[in-house]
Amino acid sequence: MTEAFWALGRASGVVLLLLMTVSMLLGLLTRSGRPLVRLPRFGVLLAHRNIALLSVVFLGVHVVSLLLDPYAQLKLIDVVVPFGAARAPIAVGLGAVALDLMLAVAITALLRRRLGHRVFRVVHWAAYVLWPIALLHGVTAGSDGRSLPFLALSAFTATAVGAAVVWRMTDHFVEYRRIRTEPAR
Amino acid sequence: MSASTALHIDWTRCRGRGMCTELLTGLGRDEWGYPLVAGGGSDLPIRTHDVEAADDAVALCPVLALSIRPARPTR
Repeated sequence: MTEAFWALGRASGVVLLLLMTVSMLLGLLTRSGRPLVRLPRFGVLLAHRNIALLSVVFLGVHVVSLLLDPYAQLKLIDVVVPFGAARAPIAVGLGAVALDLMLAVAITALLRRRLGHRVFRVVHWAAYVLWPIALLHGVTAGSDGRSLPFLALSAFTATAVGAAVVWRMTDHFVEYRRIRTEPAR
Repeated sequence: MSASTALHIDWTRCRGRGMCTELLTGLGRDEWGYPLVAGGGSDLPIRTHDVEAADDAVALCPVLALSIRPARPTR
């Protein structure tokens, strides 16, 4: 049974990496204001929101399964307060930092209309910090974190998110940007 | 049939991201991508079959530029 918790903890971690990567890509696409092939703009936004919320659910599975796993030696406080864990404090602590940031991003997104756009936007930027921290946590804390398949998956997701961030910083990222910045005649 | 509520666009917040123009048939898009209310102005009268779509547009606007307010009486 204890082996099952370990397996679930690892599997949910891999699923989390995939969900968080897709959420980042869809979030960036939402910001660009562009549709995705046949998916309209509001569809991209809803897909981003739902996949991000799904990753919060998988984060719950990830944390609970590792709390129940005796080998991980994880205490409840290590889940939220970083760098105090008995086993691999730095690697597990990165996970705690990512969890804290993800909860902040999720809660402010859900309360967006009550908190106002400015608070939502500033906290939402934490996603750019949270995603690489979570990836680093996967590589350092995962028992197969340095295995070839996981490193390959990590490199693939990092390339995808990195490319999207580079696109984000280019001039014509936002739809209609070209026509909006055209000098008036 | 006169609409009792209107979808109000706060132009100081609108960045023309186009979600509302996909959700509401009465909203066009101008050449810079901003929503275009037929007949001009900032208030789109919400017809009965558009009530849910208007609620969705308010909830989904990425910059919180939309609100629902009582429609002003027509001249």
